[in-house]
Amino acid sequence: MNIFDRMMSLDRRWVFLLLVVVCAVTYIVPFQVPIRVEGEVRSIYDFIDTLKPGEIVFIAIDYDPNALAELHPMCYAVMEHCFRKNLKVIVTALSQNGPGMAEQAILNISDSLMLDREYNGVLYEGREIRNGEDYAFLGYKPYFALVILGMGQNFRIPFPTDYYGTPLDSIPMMQGVQNYDQVACVVDLSAGNITDAWISYGQGRFYFPLALGLTGVMGADYYPYLNSRQIFGLMAGLYGAAQYEEMANNPGLAKDGMRVQVYAHLVIILFILMGNIGYFMGRRDEKK
Amino acid sequence: MDFGTFLWTTLGAFLTLATFSFLYKDNPFYKLAEHLVVGVSAGYFVIILWHNALVPLLFQRLSDGDWYLLWFNSSTPWYWIPAILGAMMWTRFSRNYAWVSRWPLALYIGIATGLAVPLEMANRVNKQLYASMANIDLGNFWGQGFLDATAGYSQVIIFAGAIAGLFYFFFSKSHTGVFGGVAKFGIWILMIGFGASFGYTVMGRISLFINRVQDLGLWGEAAFNASNPNHSGWFLAVFWIMVMGVAAYIVVELVKFARAKA
Repeated sequence: MNIFDRMMSLDRRWVFLLLVVVCAVTYIVPFQVPIRVEGEVRSIYDFIDTLKPGEIVFIAIDYDPNALAELHPMCYAVMEHCFRKNLKVIVTALSQNGPGMAEQAILNISDSLMLDREYNGVLYEGREIRNGEDYAFLGYKPYFALVILGMGQNFRIPFPTDYYGTPLDSIPMMQGVQNYDQVACVVDLSAGNITDAWISYGQGRFYFPLALGLTGVMGADYYPYLNSRQIFGLMAGLYGAAQYEEMANNPGLAKDGMRVQVYAHLVIILFILMGNIGYFMGRRDEKK
Repeated sequence: MDFGTFLWTTLGAFLTLATFSFLYKDNPFYKLAEHLVVGVSAGYFVIILWHNALVPLLFQRLSDGDWYLLWFNSSTPWYWIPAILGAMMWTRFSRNYAWVSRWPLALYIGIATGLAVPLEMANRVNKQLYASMANIDLGNFWGQGFLDATAGYSQVIIFAGAIAGLFYFFFSKSHTGVFGGVAKFGIWILMIGFGASFGYTVMGRISLFINRVQDLGLWGEAAFNASNPNHSGWFLAVFWIMVMGVAAYIVVELVKFARAKA
């Protein structure tokens, strides 16, 4: 067996082992990698950053815990940015295993907001984020397409009460808020076909500004919607989240993970090259 | 540190390692983690559905009626219609009456199709066609920076790539000559698209692993860093139990391997 045959017949467990070692080492050793912010992420940041205090941002947390790794950093960065800018936030969780996770994220962000923080040279004093005044968590309802359409008429049709059972009319920040017309933009953080429903049944029917935060797997499929201006911004995968953290000057789990990401990719590229060299050289030997 | 934090974070760390053990080979720890995920997800979904859908959207809307009139005298008695349609779905469990479930299903599919066809056509076909054929921005032809998606030349690439990709999937004419050349350009465009998807997919999978590493890192911090607010000797005890478990498993595997070789 020559070296090229060995390359082709390498036990996949060696690949996994090397990846584990590289990820563990790069996680333990503290260093930073530069993050280049792309236009599609910058446009989301700029849109939210230029909203006036009191305006409402709708954040749809449409993912289950299995996509938490990529989408939670986006959720934390965007929501904290909204609250620091004194914007109000309506949150829904239209993925069936997501509501508990979404509630936990809101509570964690509320804790973080209690502290004074300086972002991009601006000092934001810590303050208490109150349910019903600063945010409304509407929770989960089944059949997301019908829920998205229903909210276009009135949030109270699919959500007569919020996640905690409080009627929407009793929630101070929902006074006078009927539907998407009172919302500055919708940011959908999604790990599945709920994104399609937001594009077709939401933005396509009610014409509100829509931005997407997606898992890496979905990323490439949704760039055409940026070109057609059906969405005004797109964050894809951990890199998208890291870019938002970079813009907001609020480094979190995404930026922390990018150094691991870089070296893990190098290992994978190395193995792809090895596999290809082994394949082509093996084929050349066969021809001989 | 409270016992709950210790218990749940340790369980998370254990299940993470149990799941990754599949990379070596299938084993009982992986099976336990797999079945637990499926069972917990299903159970959680049922409770969420009950509290977030059935109670507020059905029971509460009928609740102002009288029970001895079967709530038909509530202010919104028409909520009985979806309730009955939903109940009809349960006839699937009977071989004789399973046909009844087709009625609510037919209604649901009919409504969903009626809603979907015009909106999907308008937003996912027509608008994409318009965007592919947009005017070329000659004033900003070279754009700003490398691979600027708003630049005029990007519009040319999108249009040419879309047409060439369609050529590749046209099989009524043999792919030779100019037609074959355009089809070949089309397959290159498709491959670049698939490559981008593959790259993003790799990033996604690595991100999942990074998250688990970060989680295990936090657990390790609580176990080994005495200044950590969650530090407890319990973490260390569990750590060594897990190490011994893994060591025992490796020994068993080595013995099996040696016997198989002999």
